[in-house]
Amino acid sequence: MRVVVDYDLCESNAICMQIAPDVFEVRDDDFLYVLDENPSEDRRAAVEESVQRCPKQAIAIED
Amino acid sequence: MPTRRDAVTIVGASLAGLWAAETLRREGFEGRISLVGDEPHAPYDRPPLSKKYLAGAVGRDRVDLLGPDKVAELDLDLRLGCRATGLDVAGHVLEVDGVAEPFDGLVIATGARCRTLPGTDGVAGVHVLRTVDDADAIAAALPAEGRDGARRVVVVGAGFIGAEVASTAVDAGAEVTMVEALDEPFGRVLGAEMGAVLADLHRSHGVDLRTGVGVDEVLVDGTGDERRVTGLCLADGTELAADLVVVGIGVVPNVEWLEGSGLTVDGGVVCDETCLAAPDVVAAGDVARWTNPRYGESVRVEHWDNAVQQGAHAARRLLATDEEAEPFAPVPWFWSDQYDRKLQLAGRAHPDDEVRVVTGSTDEFRFVAFYGRDGRFGGVLGMNRPRHLMQAKALLDDGASWDDALALAADWE
Ligand SMILES: Cc1cc2nc3c(=O)[nH]c(=O)nc-3n(C[C@H](O)[C@H](O)[C@H](O)COP(=O)(O)OP(=O)(O)OC[C@H]3O[C@@H](n4cnc5c(N)ncnc54)[C@H](O)[C@@H]3O)c2cc1C
Ligand code: SF4
Repeated sequence: MRVVVDYDLCESNAICMQIAPDVFEVRDDDFLYVLDENPSEDRRAAVEESVQRCPKQAIAIED
Repeated sequence: MPTRRDAVTIVGASLAGLWAAETLRREGFEGRISLVGDEPHAPYDRPPLSKKYLAGAVGRDRVDLLGPDKVAELDLDLRLGCRATGLDVAGHVLEVDGVAEPFDGLVIATGARCRTLPGTDGVAGVHVLRTVDDADAIAAALPAEGRDGARRVVVVGAGFIGAEVASTAVDAGAEVTMVEALDEPFGRVLGAEMGAVLADLHRSHGVDLRTGVGVDEVLVDGTGDERRVTGLCLADGTELAADLVVVGIGVVPNVEWLEGSGLTVDGGVVCDETCLAAPDVVAAGDVARWTNPRYGESVRVEHWDNAVQQGAHAARRLLATDEEAEPFAPVPWFWSDQYDRKLQLAGRAHPDDEVRVVTGSTDEFRFVAFYGRDGRFGGVLGMNRPRHLMQAKALLDDGASWDDALALAADWE
């Protein structure tokens, strides 16, 4: 599973970080960083929840 | 599990309704889903309407929530421009544009509409902001490249949507006055102290913010259909000239169509802790009032995240048995973008809470503040601190104490 963020859409509100802090991190510069671009399969549910709950639909999973 | 119902009707084709539809499919519901909405538009996202969309920085494609592909994928019976006009809960009959139709399960997601100033109907230059058509009308009146537009903008009501419109109008080059009847702008949501910080933010951007004064009269030129706003007369006798007036004085839930339905309506559709309003009928989003067991109080929440979560929860509730049903107990959370600042509030701020800035500084408009009392951690406000905000929200979710929260904040400096 590959995680891709469209940074043009992302508004750094850190919802994804709350759901999957091992994958997404909003740093003190207020930008979102993907910590793990290829999370293991057991993180799929959390990443999918992030995809769904991102208010900007900025996250995609490319299998 | 999801075979108990053949057909679910969702009334209100916006955020909560769409999330209910998506969740029904995600949970494996294979029956018919009708999504009925009275706007001519397919569901779209409202937050950008006072922010980037109003500023012209993003187009319609960034606002729309449901394209043709997704309609097909979700296998939706999408009925736009159709209004629910009545409901008989006991008989399981919905009335759409006066025509009765049966339902097995019903999701009520009719949201809310703006309060208006009396006597402003049909007056050109006076707007509210709820729909994309409202946003288009205001955007067309604001100054823009190659066009003068309204020079003097008055925002009535220092609420969040009004504040965002003020910020967008300032950025567009207008002179902005904000008029708030209460003494403490934003105080109802943020408390007096933090409300004052937000007021300072607006003043620092040149907004003429007048508090503790209501609007007495809207001044117009012309008669009948030709009336156009020229200004406002305030309760203290001041006259403000205005080319454009945006009224942001709160919303009322869309519940009139439920009269005589058998549902309890009391400032929203009254639901139990699980979002059930009656057997086979659930409600979600801005229209729903339910008892949040986390607070033991009946609440109605007008936030984006609530519409999403409650829409999903209500859909699951509809598919569940009474035994399986779970309470809906979220920590409320919202954001607001004003100028180059992102404000986020999670939890609740009580008027008599202690408020402590735990990191950053309010003078720089970059900080986190905690709200709480008696050892309890109740809420967190952040300005341009999304990371810390979400970390603190996680503690709120867990019901952490004031000391736990301070311990978290100690790591931030
Ligand atoms: C300009 C603006 C900016 C916002 N910004 C933010 C923000 O920054 N952060 C945040 O957290 N929240 C924000 N919000 C709030 C958020 O958008 C709302 O909480 C959310 O839209 C609620 O969704 P809903 O589906 O419950 O209701 P609504 O979005 O109100 O949708 C209800 C739908 O039902 C339709 N309807 C009503 N009656 C009937 C009927 N009888 N039959 C058929 N259809 C009917 C309505 O026309 C509407 O389309 C903002 C709202 C606005 C207007
Ligand atoms: S939830 Fe979406 S918008 Fe928010 S930080 Fe994550 S990717 Fe960005």
